[in-house]
Amino acid sequence: MFGFKTQSQTSNFKLQTLNLKPQTSNFKQNIMILKLAWRNLWRNKRRSFITIASILFAVIFVVFMRALQIGTYEAMTDGVVNMYTGYAQIHQKGFWDDQNLDNTMPYRQAMVDSIENVEGVTGVVPRLEGFALTSFKDKSKGSLIIGANPEKEQQILKFETLLHQGEVIAPNDNRIMVSEGLLKYYQMQLGDTLVLLGQGYHGMSAAGKYAIAGVVKFRNPELNRNTVIMAIPTAQWFFSTGERVTSLILEKEEFTGVEKMVANVSAIVDLNQYEVMDWQTMLPELVQSIEADNVGGVIMAFILYMIIFFGIFGTILMMTSERKYEFGVLISIGMKRMKLAMVVLWEIVMLGILGVLSGYTLVYPLIAYFYFNPIVMEGEMAEMYEDLGFEPIIPTSLDPSIPITHAAVILLIAFVLSIYPILKIRTLKPTGSRRL
Amino acid sequence: MNQFADYNPIIMSIIKTNNLERFYTEGDVTVKALNGVSLNIEEGEFTAIVGPSGSGKTTLLNVIGGLDSPTNGAVEIANTEITNMKDNELIDFRLKNIGFVFQAYNLIPVLSALENTEFIMLLQNQPKEKRHARAIALLEEVGLKDQIYKKPNEMSGGQQQRVAVARALASKPKFVLADEPTANLDSKSTGDLLDIMLELNEKEKTTFIFSTHDQRVIDRAKRVITLEDGKIISDETK
Repeated sequence: MFGFKTQSQTSNFKLQTLNLKPQTSNFKQNIMILKLAWRNLWRNKRRSFITIASILFAVIFVVFMRALQIGTYEAMTDGVVNMYTGYAQIHQKGFWDDQNLDNTMPYRQAMVDSIENVEGVTGVVPRLEGFALTSFKDKSKGSLIIGANPEKEQQILKFETLLHQGEVIAPNDNRIMVSEGLLKYYQMQLGDTLVLLGQGYHGMSAAGKYAIAGVVKFRNPELNRNTVIMAIPTAQWFFSTGERVTSLILEKEEFTGVEKMVANVSAIVDLNQYEVMDWQTMLPELVQSIEADNVGGVIMAFILYMIIFFGIFGTILMMTSERKYEFGVLISIGMKRMKLAMVVLWEIVMLGILGVLSGYTLVYPLIAYFYFNPIVMEGEMAEMYEDLGFEPIIPTSLDPSIPITHAAVILLIAFVLSIYPILKIRTLKPTGSRRL
Repeated sequence: MNQFADYNPIIMSIIKTNNLERFYTEGDVTVKALNGVSLNIEEGEFTAIVGPSGSGKTTLLNVIGGLDSPTNGAVEIANTEITNMKDNELIDFRLKNIGFVFQAYNLIPVLSALENTEFIMLLQNQPKEKRHARAIALLEEVGLKDQIYKKPNEMSGGQQQRVAVARALASKPKFVLADEPTANLDSKSTGDLLDIMLELNEKEKTTFIFSTHDQRVIDRAKRVITLEDGKIISDETK
């Protein structure tokens, strides 16, 4: 009578001969859960695309904003820490609070050798720093005098890299190098003589005249305006300090934390005589200004997260309401509530992952571009940055922790939001949501 | 105490209910949706539950299917009392023992006919080859051999309901509950569906219990139980 009757004769045989004993296969059920979740995602394409787009734009905005912020902090830190103070220093106890030449410490090679053997330390760089009045023709200016060993400053001041004109002085050179800003101020040339006048160790007069061998260009604007670099013996002679230095800068192994290195060094030096300080302790103003600015960025990120939160929540509310009937059917025919909850959880997490990945795909080229081509500030903003001692640029950061952190937050939001449909599924009455 | 102690057991009974009551409270009014329903359905029956709207047909099917709990009384399916089972136990029990056919088909919209039919067997952890073979066999049985890869929205109402029947039978349930299965179908589709259900009933001894208003369905049912105000007022076997 009906077309399918002939087929039924063969299929009856099949039905009766099949062995239907259950066999455990949770893996297959998990695949089914993922498959269902993925397909459900595309049931309402427009809504899924809108949700993904809202996550995408928020990711672009928040990741780019944070990359700019953190990039700026890195540039600030790099300009001061990596290129001047180093990550940690040893001084005579009390020097950092009262920075004058009377608080210098004797340079002891045995001590330096033992510190160089400490785990995490790759080198010890001595410096003698002070201030003096510099003068050329009819101009004079207060300047920072850095007594340094150019050969040992390969990792920190990196004179070869900073050299703008002339040559780098030798470790025992009697000539000096000046910063590019100072050279411009005095309108000097290589070979000209700069007169220095100041106060040395224990009130001694410090006076001398030095030929200019080279010009260096610091990225830090404050250093670039006012700095004179001498070999350490020359500076020790100028300040009458004998074999004393103001600081020993610790060079850090790449993968050793600063805190660990400081702890290791503190364990072998006499802390009654010396102080071991990391850059954050030495430069609390820098740390505080970064932290204060960072709070603004975190608040902005929080606002964006709220937008994402409510965007996804709206989708979830609609989806849960629309599919209450379907959920009831699935529970009726034998799908465990937990499995159903997993399907919904995966749908929400997949939405989050798609939004985050597509956001990263678009934002990363932008971040990379501004990393290699930082925004250069001009005018008053540039002056303000320079007054604070920072290079007037806004680069981005390629730090992988930025996207990872934001991906984690967005996925956390997805997980938190999935509680709503999971609770609904948990308490759903099959008969309340549907007619049998 | 076994609530079926004073009930006369019948050999091969698949469903037994004893003095089932299901009351709902709506404001100050208590509605007696089921008011002392005792019935006994044997394996291989093709039973229609009929009655006017509000007579308790759907409530009875819900309670028998473990989707709703009775206020008083008990339900025994294949010698297992389900009334006091916990939610997860009930879900498992339904998965293994009861097939459902819904008025609005209620197939999973993102799955094909084949996947919908396989779905329950997948929940039962049946191996892929076996569930695939059985699903194809069932879809052949209901005349949808050429439609197995179609999604529900690509099929007519009648075809979807046939897939629903295949899905209900996939796990080899002890019986199939169907609430107004032909309510949304035209007369041709209704006739085809009844043919399929009767054929499965006769050849595979599948037990069908369905509620209906449809006289064509009532005419072909082998037993007709009539409910009114939550009580059985007639029980005729043809």
